Amino acid sequence: MKIRITDRDHITGLRSLAANIMSLAAGLLAISLIFLLNKVNPIFAISEIFSGSFGSMYGFKETITKAIPLILIGSGLTLAFRAKFWNIGAEGQLLMGAVFSSWIGLNIGPHLPSYLIVPLMFLAGFIGGALWGIIPAILKIRYSINEVICTLMLNYICAEFLTMLIVGPWKGKTRFGFPGTDNLPESAILGLIPGSRIHYATLILALVSAVILTILIYKTRFGYEARVVGENPDAGKYAGIDFLKTSMILMAISGGLAGFAGVGEMAGIHKYLGYPASLSSGYGFTAIIVAWLAKLNPLYAIFSGIFFAGILVGGDAIQISLGLPAATVEIVNGTLLVFLIMGDYFLKHKVTIQFSKQTQGAS
Amino acid sequence: MKKIQRLEMVDISKSFHGIPANKNINLHVESGEVLGLLGENGAGKTTLMNILYGLYQPDSGDIRINGKNIRIHNPLESISHGIGMVHQHFMLVQNHSVIENIALGYKDTPFFFPKVSIRKKVEAFSKEFNFSIDFEKKIWQLSAGEQQRVEIIKALLNGADVLILDEPTSVLTPQEIAELFSILEAMKKNGHMIIFISHKLDEITQICDRVTVLKKGEIVGHADTSDTDKKALARMMVGRDVIFNINKEKIERGKKVLTVDRVNILGDKGNMAVKDISFSLYRNEIFGIAGVAGNGQRELAETITGIREAESGEILISDKDITNKSPRHIYDEGVSHVPEERIRFGIAPGLHLYDNAILKQHHLDKFSKRMFIRYPRVKDHAKALVKDFKVAAHTINTEIKNLSGGNIQKLILGRETSDQPALLVASHPTYGLDVGATEYLRKQLLDLRRQGSAILLFSEDLEEIFELCDRVAVIFDGEFTGILDADDPRLCDIGMLMAGTKRIDIQDTP
Ligand SMILES: Nc1ncnc2c1ncn2[C@@H]1O[C@H](COP(=O)(O)OP(=O)(O)OP(=O)(O)O)[C@@H](O)[C@H]1O
Ligand SMILES: [Mg+2]
Repeated sequence: MKIRITDRDHITGLRSLAANIMSLAAGLLAISLIFLLNKVNPIFAISEIFSGSFGSMYGFKETITKAIPLILIGSGLTLAFRAKFWNIGAEGQLLMGAVFSSWIGLNIGPHLPSYLIVPLMFLAGFIGGALWGIIPAILKIRYSINEVICTLMLNYICAEFLTMLIVGPWKGKTRFGFPGTDNLPESAILGLIPGSRIHYATLILALVSAVILTILIYKTRFGYEARVVGENPDAGKYAGIDFLKTSMILMAISGGLAGFAGVGEMAGIHKYLGYPASLSSGYGFTAIIVAWLAKLNPLYAIFSGIFFAGILVGGDAIQISLGLPAATVEIVNGTLLVFLIMGDYFLKHKVTIQFSKQTQGAS
Repeated sequence: MKKIQRLEMVDISKSFHGIPANKNINLHVESGEVLGLLGENGAGKTTLMNILYGLYQPDSGDIRINGKNIRIHNPLESISHGIGMVHQHFMLVQNHSVIENIALGYKDTPFFFPKVSIRKKVEAFSKEFNFSIDFEKKIWQLSAGEQQRVEIIKALLNGADVLILDEPTSVLTPQEIAELFSILEAMKKNGHMIIFISHKLDEITQICDRVTVLKKGEIVGHADTSDTDKKALARMMVGRDVIFNINKEKIERGKKVLTVDRVNILGDKGNMAVKDISFSLYRNEIFGIAGVAGNGQRELAETITGIREAESGEILISDKDITNKSPRHIYDEGVSHVPEERIRFGIAPGLHLYDNAILKQHHLDKFSKRMFIRYPRVKDHAKALVKDFKVAAHTINTEIKNLSGGNIQKLILGRETSDQPALLVASHPTYGLDVGATEYLRKQLLDLRRQGSAILLFSEDLEEIFELCDRVAVIFDGEFTGILDADDPRLCDIGMLMAGTKRIDIQDTP
């Protein structure tokens, strides 16, 4: 038997779509195996996942709710990843957005009407996320510090900082000693689509961001510079592109959008600043897969965001109905990512396995 | 006795996205023979050799070794069949030593102590073919010629009977070319067969036994080098007579454009690469800097264009200080730049051709309005460049990396000369260009000169220097060993000036 790897030189859009669909299918197959090992009927479990997320009105509303942060962060990441800035820190940027906006909501909220305080909170959230994103940009360009490690570590710093706030100075009087701030005043809480948890202001923001980002990447000077830097940093230098400025802007946008997501989760779902783990169930990391599946195109991130939100929701559903452990969703997500990356490999290379003996042996 | 006595490519066709790059190609090489492959930029030479090396699959056709059909699916297989290829852009690990790189590419490297077991073999090889190389040096410390020798050793050690060399001489100094040729002669005697791609007709006639000429993917002729000459080959290739010597008219030089005043520049290895160099350059003048590669040319070009910082000294463009200003600032003062390493600096490989047509110019008003790039204009500009410089590209939407090496160079040249720059800094502008394109470029440079540009030309090609330049400086070890008018009789000693064994007192008339 012989395994043979050949580069493919024709990659069409259709092929690439087919590769994605096939890798998702193969991923689901692998997940089935895991279910089997856990003595769960895989067909039942997988159909549960999708009927739980897309099959019912309730499930679908939940899916859209969870898609909001994924689309926001995912589309921001497409920009960063295009410039080969590996932002693994969206989780921290989200939390920073929540911290900034909750301060505004709690302190200024009581004195202002909704139509003023909500935009103010989003602004604060964007600034919070952006600042937390700009730090690694400066460290990378000025001091050549690896951004993967830097953004990853900043996640923990931010989570601990937030925890410190809610057990310390910001601890609410109405919490009876439990960690967390007081509830936001009524005016600072985001409106929901009736009968759901969909905070529509953030949803609109997410869709608009994805569209604007698409224009930004493909039509503007800044997008051009980001793509050149990502393709070939030396050419970027030759072309007189200011790396510091470009990286700071793109991380401000990527971080700021994660900050928006933080505002949405805090003011739309929880209505106060609580523990980091409850504020975000790993959206910053799941969004990496969202951006990847979207082939780094922010517009596609809308669809891949909804898809992965569906898996989150469906995963929760089977966790309850089939009594599976909490890690189930992460296993499903992780497996799908691995298969998507493999799919990418098979898209670019042709692998053939030959069973019969070669006619002309290589001596 | 070699494993491969005869190698044939039979009826090979290959197209990309429906556009043929090779059409029904037939060729053969025999043991002890050097076959030259000649053809215009984009004719399909590299594609054909990539098929032989297993990087591409042919759409149809066969490859035969000693008369037997074989299929080559990837480079590993072609290596095991005894075919080796040295690409124009070397594929070595920069921070590893020579011996480590060789061990890395060797098929029978043992898992433990790889260097020890390989060293003996390598030493035997270098004796046989007269390689001189320090095996403990890191790759980044080597010159281009030495790196190429490492690639050749890698191929030979893997038992390559057939060696493919894709434009091997364009990065070499004349001395290194001579050394390469003596290695090739030794291999020939040994029964190896070599396929040699080059645009330099002199080299083809010197080293090759036979030559095959490609045009637009098809074979248009074969010849024995013993009964053909440069002119005939050029005619076969381009389809018309090519003028090898152009006469430049005398023009009074104009105002001063560039002043370089006692500039010192650090090289990558922390050494002083450029030492106290001063000169000036005027409108309507082409100023050549001749010298063996690695004597400070690259650093000087990079500093003038803002990619590298000067340690001390001053650089002025029309009396404005541009020392250590940003590349964009310097571009806006009218300085354009054809970089030495075109793939490394000149393009963003995965972007469209039209995106690359405005690299470094995208911020200009004509290509962007407020924050938006004016893509309709950009595309028109790209189309014009492709037309004027005869860039062989199917559409301007293609990713630039799909263009052939010479066509990428043409696009960069078009881009950098299109704007009537005040100063054009051009490093080896004709590298990789076919004879027709070379002729066109030289005319273009002379046109720019007539229209009032100043041109700083770095080249190792003395013929080019003498043909184009008004004044010539010779650089050795970071210093000028002479600045002379191009018709100064003392330039007959240019070889000694380049080797640093002679100096002529510099009087740069300001
Ligand atoms: N991967 C690819 N995708 C699409 N087109 C390609 C690809 N590789 C080569 N081509 C096209 O095939 C043609 C032949 O290219 P090739 O690189 O073989 O030319 P060449 O003879 O080596 O030219 P040069 O002298 O400039 O190196 C060119 O028109 C090129 O654009
Ligand atoms: Mg080529």
